[in-house]
Amino acid sequence: MDYSRILTFFLRVGRAALLLAGVVLPSYLKSTCQEYPYFVTYSQEMEEPGNLDIEMFNVVGNPQGGNSFIGSDVEFEYGLKGWWTTEFYLDGQATQNQSTIFTGFRWENRFRPLPGEHWINPVLYAEFEDISADKTIREVVGHDGRYDFLVPNWLAHMDKQREIELKLILGSNVHGWNISENFIAEKNLAGDPWEFGYAFATSRPLQLAASARECAFCAEKFQAGVEMYGGLGDANGFGLHLTSQYLGPTVSWTAPNGMTVAFSPQFGLNGYSIPVLYRFSVSYEIQQFLSHFRRSGQ
Amino acid sequence: MTRAPALFLAAVVVIVLSSLAVFATSNGAWLANVPQRDRERANPYHDQPDAIAAGRRIFLDHCAHCHGADAEGTKKRPSLKSTRVQQEATDGDLHWLLVNGNRGQGMPSWIKLGDPQIWQVICYIKSLH
Repeated sequence: MDYSRILTFFLRVGRAALLLAGVVLPSYLKSTCQEYPYFVTYSQEMEEPGNLDIEMFNVVGNPQGGNSFIGSDVEFEYGLKGWWTTEFYLDGQATQNQSTIFTGFRWENRFRPLPGEHWINPVLYAEFEDISADKTIREVVGHDGRYDFLVPNWLAHMDKQREIELKLILGSNVHGWNISENFIAEKNLAGDPWEFGYAFATSRPLQLAASARECAFCAEKFQAGVEMYGGLGDANGFGLHLTSQYLGPTVSWTAPNGMTVAFSPQFGLNGYSIPVLYRFSVSYEIQQFLSHFRRSGQ
Repeated sequence: MTRAPALFLAAVVVIVLSSLAVFATSNGAWLANVPQRDRERANPYHDQPDAIAAGRRIFLDHCAHCHGADAEGTKKRPSLKSTRVQQEATDGDLHWLLVNGNRGQGMPSWIKLGDPQIWQVICYIKSLH
């Protein structure tokens, strides 16, 4: 099989991420914020006010009967308030023997309505997306399945999807474990019925206490967990029938310069799913982003 | 729409409305809001040199951008060397603040750090008096 185009795209994405995190961003911007190693599930954590988190998510899959693909998105997540985080995505994908295309954008806002921490913390999520031929699989809803990935890019790209997506995010922190649950409702503005989905994840740092000295590979720099997600049908047929479901372990590592790298192999649990997805991400948080511009202007 | 999706959406609406009602009644006087049980919590790392060193690392990574590298505060964020933080607030008070945050005033929750790291950074802050 000819993986050269996918490999080229993969290398470009990786090189851009490393360039961004390791070279372009000066060392004084460093942050060691440790992200949860989730790819689909949102936790209850909000971006700190004034911080900008730049993330690059990628997924590689090989649907049965179709071509291998890599879906990528770049995210810019900004903390507007302690209770309000906004995020903008740019999506793209490359499919073996087909093409590499820009697939659209998304804009989301998350609101945390309750002050303080509770045994379970709700976050409200609203997103608008304008996409076509998307293969980033940032959520699974309705009857999304492996057959969607058999449509050639040239044809799928003509099907513009303008959708709104609502999520109820619930999250808890218990003895170092984060436990997050998402309930998803998505509506295609062209008139399709509401589609539903879910995502669950849990993770924990390998060590909770920080070391007195800086270290690169000590246990506190690693997080490990499990993520599961899938569709729940639509308004015409709620349930698991003809839906895809995924489950997999996930791990992340935060480098001393603040860059977080995460990886997860996620396995399809039924014949409607892609057999295995390989996900990886790179993220970097710039603390008090706008203040750097103010300083430079003085 | 069938029954299950309708119930799902109704549950979302109820949670949204009740959450907004609670948020509207919150205030920023955090020290007065700390429950007695939390105020009396003891710091398991109290005065331990390693915990202070680890706490300093955590402080520089997460807190210094707002409160200043020397913890003296910045234009919009308070000093952590104030009488309120150093003398009036107990370790338990500070733990409660770091866990719950004070979002209306721009202070996020740091519960994602986990209890040990929260206690460690409190060790460092209290060592600044």
